[in-house]
Amino acid sequence: MNSDHQTPLLELNHVSRSFGAQGVLSDISLQVQPGETLVLIGESGCGKSVTTKLLAGMLEPTAGDVMWRGVDVKRLKPAEKLKQRLRIGYLFQSAALFDSLNVFENIAFGLRQNTRKKNEEIQDIVYSRLVDVGLNSDVSSKMPAELSGGMRKRVGLARALAISPDIIIYDEPTTGLDPVMSDVINELILSVREQRPVTSIVVTHDMHTVQKVADRILMLYPLSRLPAGENQVIFSGTADDAFHADDVRVYSFVHGDASQRLHELSAA
Amino acid sequence: MSIVQQERWNPVVWLGELVIAPVSVIGDFALFALLTLRWTFSRWPKGNVLWANLYQIGVLSLPVVMVTGGFIGMVLAVQSYDQLRVMHMESRLGSVVNMTLVKELGPVLAATMLAGRVGSAIAAELGTMRVTEQIDALEALGADPIQYLVVPRFLGCVLLIPMLTIIADTVGMLCGWVFSTTVLGINSYYYWYHTYAYISLLDVYSGILKSISFGAAIALVSCHRGFHAKAGAQGVGTAATQTFVFSFVLILFLDFLAGVVLSQVYIWLDPA
Repeated sequence: MNSDHQTPLLELNHVSRSFGAQGVLSDISLQVQPGETLVLIGESGCGKSVTTKLLAGMLEPTAGDVMWRGVDVKRLKPAEKLKQRLRIGYLFQSAALFDSLNVFENIAFGLRQNTRKKNEEIQDIVYSRLVDVGLNSDVSSKMPAELSGGMRKRVGLARALAISPDIIIYDEPTTGLDPVMSDVINELILSVREQRPVTSIVVTHDMHTVQKVADRILMLYPLSRLPAGENQVIFSGTADDAFHADDVRVYSFVHGDASQRLHELSAA
Repeated sequence: MSIVQQERWNPVVWLGELVIAPVSVIGDFALFALLTLRWTFSRWPKGNVLWANLYQIGVLSLPVVMVTGGFIGMVLAVQSYDQLRVMHMESRLGSVVNMTLVKELGPVLAATMLAGRVGSAIAAELGTMRVTEQIDALEALGADPIQYLVVPRFLGCVLLIPMLTIIADTVGMLCGWVFSTTVLGINSYYYWYHTYAYISLLDVYSGILKSISFGAAIALVSCHRGFHAKAGAQGVGTAATQTFVFSFVLILFLDFLAGVVLSQVYIWLDPA
């Protein structure tokens, strides 16, 4: 058996994270295997985005270890850390395009910052990534403020793809989009996976996205309401398993059933 | 009955938080300043990024600095004239106006204008970038936010505030002179004679040196507040307001510190 298949690409080992006195994640462990599409679900505020930012190295854990290909990222030298960070592309919830740069410069940013590629090469990559996300080159001269929500997300994805990452993290990629555009983004997630050997981590509340793209699902539960001693990852399995889960919290979430939550609120 | 219990007020916890919060902010600010200095000396920003900031900070601040300098020169002339006339020393008006401008009001007012116009704008811009995750996006794309965002603004403030101060001083001196000679009837020869007699080059240099420290303070405070802006329009607004208040207090503190140090330098250079 190939040893690469045994070493997760990314791993959180007993990771906790708090902001001041407020704990968000406690003793979380998870593994991301090469090539899979892992979907994180859970209520707003349960720590999904914090988890992805820990995985991407944008936040450091308060306790526990983040492992990259079996190596603790704390042990990486700054240059190795930068290299590792560039192996991860990140599509932000709001796309987070740089307001002061046009679409072309947004997509070219990572290349200009980290490579010595010539302008012609950068231009080829930028236009090629625009095609990958279903946009034409006319868009390249536009400023982010001139784009619709769906276009911003696609430009954000093109920017993440431009650095040729091994992993792409999608933070709520369909939030705020109409159903058709949401499906366009879902199809893009699938086509990106088909075009290149990329591992995907998707944070979403959208069950349509979950059904369409997930190989494996993890559900996080808010720390503030977690019974003492219980693991914060309350579900791990496939989309089918989630839709037929015995745990009422998982079942309620994936079916959008508010009765359990309303019961909790009235009890409080 | 609600099962949610409110934590009881604990004076020890309250006192601890009261001490720890400002200490941690000051510590964080010191680290932020050190990182900025490290990046400034290790890797300069790209030309287009630096020029854009120099234009924003320097060129666009010129009108407000000139207007402020001009009015302050004339106000000083009006206020000082009455006092000097009582002592029949109105011919020395030039020395009072110009000394005050060059040593104190020129640098402090140019810095105050910069804190209001540029500092608040920097805090609002970086605060918006923070809350819209653009700063996280920079990190995700391998750029260091301090190197990319803070260093060009820091250099812009530090390099251009001496020039803005010189311009504010010059316009203030000219306006004070025109007002004094045409409206207050002061003889132009004595106006400049007493100016040369009382103002040394050291006074001019001390004002410019002070202004550099003011520029550094404005850039660091505004960028630090912007980086720590809380989410929402109110968070960005608070960061901009804090920038002006903290910068202004820091400018006055640095002015006081420079006054104490420079008075010792004057004594050391001229013991008599």
